[in-house]
Amino acid sequence: MSVAAMFSADLLVAQNIGFAVIAVLMVVAALRVVTTNNVVHAALWLVTVLAGAAAQYVLLAAEFVAVTQVLVYIGAVMVLFLFGTMLTRARIGAERDLNNPYRRLGVPVAALLFAAMAVAIVSSFGDEQLPAKPRVVPIAEISDQIFGPYLLPFWALSFVLLAAIIGAIVLARKD
Amino acid sequence: MLTSQFLLLGAILFCIGVYGVIARKNAVLVLMSIELILNSVNINLLAFALRSGSADGHTFALYIIAVAAAEVGVGLAMVLMIYRNRRSIALDDLSEMRG
Amino acid sequence: MFAATETLSPLAGGWFLDHAWLAPVVPTIGFALIVLFGKRLPKQGSEIGVLSLVASLVLATGAAWQWIQRVNSAGEEQFVSPVVRTWTWWQSGGVEFTIGQHVDGLTVIVLFVVAFISTLVQVYSLEYLRGDRRYTHFFAALTLFSAGMLAMVVAEDMILFLLGWEIMGLCSFMLIGHWWEDGANSRAALKAFFTVRTGDVGLLVGIAILFFAANEWTTTNLGLSGFSIRGISAWVLSGEPNSTVILVAAVALFIACIGKSGQFPLHTWLPDAMAGPTPVSSLLHSSTMVVAGVFLVARLYPVFFAGLDILGPSANVIMIIAAITIVIAAALAFVQSDIKRVLAYSTVSQLGYMMLGLGAGAWLPAVFHIFTHAFFKACLFLCAGSISHSASHHSFDMKKDMGGLRKHMPVTFAAWTVSTLALCGVFPFSGFFSKDEIIDNVGGNGYTFFMVVGLFGAFLTAAYMTRATYLTFFGEARGVAAGEHADDAGHDTHDSHGAHGAQDTHGAHDTHDAHVEHAGPHESGVLITAPIAILAVLAIFAGLFNATPFGESWEYLKKWVEPRAVVVAEAHAGGPGESFVVSLPSAEEGQSKSPCGTETPKEGVCYAPVVNHAKFKWSKALLSLAIVFAGIAASWVLSAAYYGRRDPRLVGLTQRNAIARAGYRLLANKYYLDDLYERGVVSNVSGPIARAAYWFNQNVLDGILHAVARAARAVAQVVYRDIDQRIVDGAVNASADVTKTAGTAVQPIQSGRVGQYGALLFATAAVAALVFVILNT
Repeated sequence: MSVAAMFSADLLVAQNIGFAVIAVLMVVAALRVVTTNNVVHAALWLVTVLAGAAAQYVLLAAEFVAVTQVLVYIGAVMVLFLFGTMLTRARIGAERDLNNPYRRLGVPVAALLFAAMAVAIVSSFGDEQLPAKPRVVPIAEISDQIFGPYLLPFWALSFVLLAAIIGAIVLARKD
Repeated sequence: MLTSQFLLLGAILFCIGVYGVIARKNAVLVLMSIELILNSVNINLLAFALRSGSADGHTFALYIIAVAAAEVGVGLAMVLMIYRNRRSIALDDLSEMRG
Repeated sequence: MFAATETLSPLAGGWFLDHAWLAPVVPTIGFALIVLFGKRLPKQGSEIGVLSLVASLVLATGAAWQWIQRVNSAGEEQFVSPVVRTWTWWQSGGVEFTIGQHVDGLTVIVLFVVAFISTLVQVYSLEYLRGDRRYTHFFAALTLFSAGMLAMVVAEDMILFLLGWEIMGLCSFMLIGHWWEDGANSRAALKAFFTVRTGDVGLLVGIAILFFAANEWTTTNLGLSGFSIRGISAWVLSGEPNSTVILVAAVALFIACIGKSGQFPLHTWLPDAMAGPTPVSSLLHSSTMVVAGVFLVARLYPVFFAGLDILGPSANVIMIIAAITIVIAAALAFVQSDIKRVLAYSTVSQLGYMMLGLGAGAWLPAVFHIFTHAFFKACLFLCAGSISHSASHHSFDMKKDMGGLRKHMPVTFAAWTVSTLALCGVFPFSGFFSKDEIIDNVGGNGYTFFMVVGLFGAFLTAAYMTRATYLTFFGEARGVAAGEHADDAGHDTHDSHGAHGAQDTHGAHDTHDAHVEHAGPHESGVLITAPIAILAVLAIFAGLFNATPFGESWEYLKKWVEPRAVVVAEAHAGGPGESFVVSLPSAEEGQSKSPCGTETPKEGVCYAPVVNHAKFKWSKALLSLAIVFAGIAASWVLSAAYYGRRDPRLVGLTQRNAIARAGYRLLANKYYLDDLYERGVVSNVSGPIARAAYWFNQNVLDGILHAVARAARAVAQVVYRDIDQRIVDGAVNASADVTKTAGTAVQPIQSGRVGQYGALLFATAAVAALVFVILNT
C-alpha cells in the first residue's frame, strides 16, 4: 500500500477521506472505551464506535447491515448495557477500581496480536483494491441467502434468541 | 479503497478489544470489550464480501449481530444475578472455581 | 558219544519250572495280606502265613520234580540249561533292567529247603508263640523273610539277588528284636544288622565291579546285562577278563559272605542273634538265611573259582577263613551254658565247613551239606525250643534249668539224638554223607592241612554236642526241669521271674492260660513235635540223596544239581532255549577234559568250571568215624565226670590251673573279639566321628547358617535403610514433591478469576497467531 496509490483514485478520494476520518474516530473511541474510568462514559464511547462501524458498512456497500447495526446494536444492545450499568449500581462519575492489576500484560499481548495480524494482512493483500463501483447487494439477495444456503444457521439462531430471551428472564427475575 | 485498510481497521479494533478484556475488572466493561471484538469481525467480513461480490458476508454479519444481541442479553442477566448475590461485579471476586 | 555241533534232545520243561517265580511272590502277597488284615482274622494272620508258605512249598516241590525230569531228559553230557525267564521293568541309558527267574539244580534244592523249613517253622510257631503280644507281626516278618530268601534263590540277576539279600537282613533285624522291650534283644538285633551290613558293602562293590566289567561282553555275546548271573558266569570263564578284576570282585563278594554266613571275623552277631524267638533261630540263623552267603559263593562259583584260583596250588582266602571259623567256633561251643548258643556256634562252625568245601573246589558236597545241615540243625533248634516251651519254662540255661529231660520228653529227645548224630557225621545219618564228603574232597584236592583241620573240627563237634546232650537230657534235673517253679505263688503274673534267661523275656508269658501242667516238664504239643519229627526223619534219610559210598547210581544230587562244565554254544543270545555242545569232555570218574575253568573255550561259552570228585574209600570213612566216636566218648566221660559226679579233679580246674583259667577266660570272652569290635572299632571310630560330626554341625553348618542369617540381616538393614528408605522412598517422596511443587507453581493459573483466564487465553492466541504467521510467510 502506498500513499500514491491511495490518492490515485479521484472518486474514491472522498471515500478514502471519509474512511480515514471515521477510522480514526473509531480507534480513539475504542481506546477510550477500554481506558476510561467512568462506566457510562465507556458505554457512550462504545456507541461512538458502533456508529462509526455503521458508517464503515455504508462505505462497504452493505447498507442493510449498516441499518441493522444501528437499530440492533446501538438501539438495543447499548440500551441494554446502560440498563445493566444502572441496575448494578455503577457509580456516577469516575470510579477508581475498574482495571485489573495485571492490565499491563494486555499491552504486549494486544501489540503482539496486532503485529501478527498486520503482517499477515499486508503480506497477503498488499495493494489489492476493492472494486471501484461496488455492486450494492440488494436485500432480496440477502434474504435469499438466509433462506437458502444458510437456513439451518437461521433456525439455530432463532433458537439461540429464544433461549436467550427465556434465559435472561429466568436468570434475572427475582424469586 | 484498499482491502487492507478495512482489514487493518478491523485488526486494530480487535486488539483493542483484547486489551479491554484483559485489562477491565468490571463485568459490564468486559462485555463492552467483547462487543468491540465482534464489531471488528463484522468489518472484516463485509470487506471480504465486497471484495468477492457475494452476499455471504452480509448474511454472516447479520447473524453475528443477532448472536451478539442474545449474548449481551444473557450476559447482562448473569451480571445482574451476580450483583444481586454479591453486591459486586468485579470479575476477580468471582473466584470460587479456583484450583 | 556225539559228534560236534549236533543238536541234542530238547529238554523237558514244565509249568512249575516256568512259574517258579511264583514261589517268592505268593509269600509276598501273604505278607501284604497279613499286614493289612492279619489282626482281624481268627488266627491273627498266621493262617495266611502258613498257607502262603505251603503254596510256596508246593511250587518248590513241583519245580524240583520237573527239574529232575528235565535232567533225566537230557543226554549224558548235555548241558542242562536253566529255565530262565526275564521281564524288563526299566530301561535307561541303553541298559535294560530286568527281573527274572533262573531255575537250575542249585535253585530247586535251596528253594525246596527254604520252603520246606519255612513251612515247618510257621506251623511250629503257631504253638510256640501262642499269646505273644506281637503274634501278627511275627508271622508277617517270618513270611516276608521267606519271600525274600525265595526271591534271592530264584533271582536271575544280581539286583533281585541283592533285593532278596537285603529283605532277609531287614527281617532278621525285625525278628531278632521281636521282644525289643528288653534292651538286650534290641542291641542284639542292631548288632546283627550292622555286622551283616558291614559285609554288605562288599556285596555292592562286587556287584558293581562285575557289572561294569562284564556288561559289554555279556551284551555283545549273549544279549544279557552285566547283572545277569549266567552272563557273569560265562564272562568269567571266557578268558576275557583281567584276573585282578575278578579277584577283587571275588574278595568283595566274599566279604559279604563273611558277614552274612557268620565267618570269622564277622561271626560275632550270630550267637547274639539267639535273642530272637526260637523259630527265628531255627529258620533264619541255622538253616536258611545264614547259608545265603554259601549260596552266593555257590551261585557265582565261576567268579570265585577264577578269581581266587580255587583248585590251585595254594590255599585261598575262603579256605583260610573257613578253617579258622570251624575251629574257633567249635571251641567256643564248649563254654556255653545256653543251649541255643551251643547250637549257634555249631552253626557257625558248620558254615565254615560249607565254605571250606567251596573254597577247596568241593562244590557239590558243600551244597549237599546245605541241604542236610538245614534239616538237622533246624531240628536241633526246634528241639531246644520245645524244651524251653514245655520243660524249662522259657529258660535256655542248660546248667540251671535242664537235665534228665529224656524221661519227660521222649520225642524231643529222640529227635535231638538223631540230629546230633547227623551233625557229628555218624554213618548212616545224613551228616555223614555230606560232611565227610567235604573233608574227603578237601583232602583229595591236595589240601591236606585243611583236611586235618576238618577232622579236628569233627572231633570238636562231636565233643561239644555230647556235652550239650548230657547237660540237657541226662543227669539230675536242675532248676525248672526239676519242677521248682510249680511251687511258686503268684505264678500267673509271670512278672517276678528274674531268674529266666535273657532271651525269652516275659513277652511269651502274655496269655499263659494253657499252663495247667506247671507240675513239671512234659512233652510239647503236636504242633511242636510234628515238625521236629519230620525234620528228624529227614535228618536220618536225607543223606541218601547223594550217598557216594554206595556208588555212583546213588549220587542223585550230583546228577541233578551239579552244573555240567561243558562248553555251550548259545543258539540264540539271551534265550533259555536249547543249546548244543561244542566240545565234549570224555567223562571219566570225576575227571573231565572240558576246558571250562582251566582254559579259554575256543567257541561258545562255559557256565561252570570243572571240579574234581574224590573217590570214596571206606578207609577214609572209617578214620573219620573213629575220630567222631572218640570225640563222643571222650566228651561223655568228661561230662559225666564233671557235671554228673562232680569229680574233684575236674571241678574248679579253671580256678586252680593258670593255663586252664586263661583258656577259659579267652573262650568265655569270645576271644575278646566283641570287645575289640565294640570298644576298639566302634567306639574309637564312632566316638570321634560322632564328635567330629557334631563339631561340624555346630560350627560349620550352624556357622554357615548363622553367617547367612547375619549377612541376610545386614543386607536387609542396608536395603531397608539405604535403598528402601532413602532411594525408593526418596524417589517416591521426590516425585510427590515435584508434583506438589509443580502443582503449586501452576496453581495461580487457576485462580478462578475470569479476567485472568481471558488474559491467558488471548496471550496464547497471540503467540499462536504469530507462530502461524511466521510459518506461513
